[in-house]
Amino acid sequence: MAILEVNNIEKHFGSTKVLKDVSFSLEQGNALAIIGSSGSGKTTLLRCLNFLEKPDHGTIIVNGETLFDGSVPYKRNEKELRRKRLHFGMVFQSFNLFPQYTALENVMLARQMLAKEEPDFKARKKEIYQQIREDSIEALTKMGLQERMDHYPHQLSGGQQQRVAIARALVMKPDILCFDEPTSALDPELTGEVLKVIRNLAENNTTMIIVTHEMAFARDVADQVIFMDDGYVVEAGDPKEVINNPKEERTRQFLSRYTEG
Amino acid sequence: MFWSVTAQLLEGLATTFEIFILTLVFALPLGLILAFGSMSKFKPLKFLLQVIIWIIRGTPLMLQLIIIFYGPGLWLSHNLWSGDEAGRITATVVAFSINYACYFSVIFRGGIEGVPVGQREAGEVLGMTKTQIFFKVTLLQMIKRVVPPMSNEIITLVKDTSLARIIAAYELTFAGFSYMKSAGITWPLFYTGVFYLLFVGILTLLFNYIEKKLAYFK
Repeated sequence: MAILEVNNIEKHFGSTKVLKDVSFSLEQGNALAIIGSSGSGKTTLLRCLNFLEKPDHGTIIVNGETLFDGSVPYKRNEKELRRKRLHFGMVFQSFNLFPQYTALENVMLARQMLAKEEPDFKARKKEIYQQIREDSIEALTKMGLQERMDHYPHQLSGGQQQRVAIARALVMKPDILCFDEPTSALDPELTGEVLKVIRNLAENNTTMIIVTHEMAFARDVADQVIFMDDGYVVEAGDPKEVINNPKEERTRQFLSRYTEG
Repeated sequence: MFWSVTAQLLEGLATTFEIFILTLVFALPLGLILAFGSMSKFKPLKFLLQVIIWIIRGTPLMLQLIIIFYGPGLWLSHNLWSGDEAGRITATVVAFSINYACYFSVIFRGGIEGVPVGQREAGEVLGMTKTQIFFKVTLLQMIKRVVPPMSNEIITLVKDTSLARIIAAYELTFAGFSYMKSAGITWPLFYTGVFYLLFVGILTLLFNYIEKKLAYFK
């Protein structure tokens, strides 16, 4: 069974329809790349999965649990919403690290907040915090940042900041990790280090959705690819098939811009 | 003579200090509440607060002080403030708190809105509550942003306390000025200035210290 099923998602902003009947599914341990030009709805789709936007229609099902159903009247319940969000991790284009905390503190913060809700928190506080610390150091080490843990974000390069952001998302142990153009805000010479850690995650069977403009990366790393245009899923399938031999004219037009240059 | 002037000025300084501290105690939280109110999605509240802030910032503080002190006695035929020094100080603190809360609210709103929306979203996707996001993520970044404009306002407040003289509250400027009338000497005026300079000097050092403390992040 698929870990994630997205069915018939639609989203308007005012009178503009940004997502039109978007459906796809994702298997556990697979990486899905979403490609398409700016404004095609890729980022909005990721934001819907992370409950930063509320779709107008459709369903989102994770591990058989319906997290969102547009046909059910919506009532806002912050506690529920937070629990649902934790199924997904999100890495933003602009990192969004908390500037007042060190790399390690950035990674630990949300887990520390969440730990306060555990019933035996008071009694086991020290033990819980120690565990969070160890997990956070492990996540940063995995990102190759063991030497940079006590640095503040402004003391780190863009590539290092993005790797801290990935560690921060990983330490929450999400079912599905989402990347919103993770290298678009980076200097070209820094994209490599970030793509490398994402590639490692893919090789270790992390379930991921990656919105990207790096076509070669999408082709080599992803298990499936979706091409979006104007809010629709135009073409979906095996990345090598879609990127090397696109069936749709619109996909071909889009990809030609990457191969010409 | 010098010592008796010093004693009088210190007495005036005590009142000035009282007005200053109490105004901050009331205007800082009130300013934060007004800031949240003026960012509210509820349009009538937002509009009402915008009008209030326009009126308060658009008229002289001295005029507001006169209206608040004399108004109740004139139009309600019931004086809210007792006729003694304590009553004058209370009226001053009320007028100043309302006035400064309006200025503070605009600064706070700028500080809150200046924190990138991505910071809040990052907290949200990490499963943090709204309260946790405000206190653990937004607040310190907001404080860092508002320290320079707030230091300006707070230094202005020190000197604005002299407006309380208009309702005969015996604050620092009144104390210094009284020697010109009673003894015909003018040097206490300069001496009064020294008191203000020292007051503002200490505040300047304090704000420099806070800015330095918050310089560890960008």
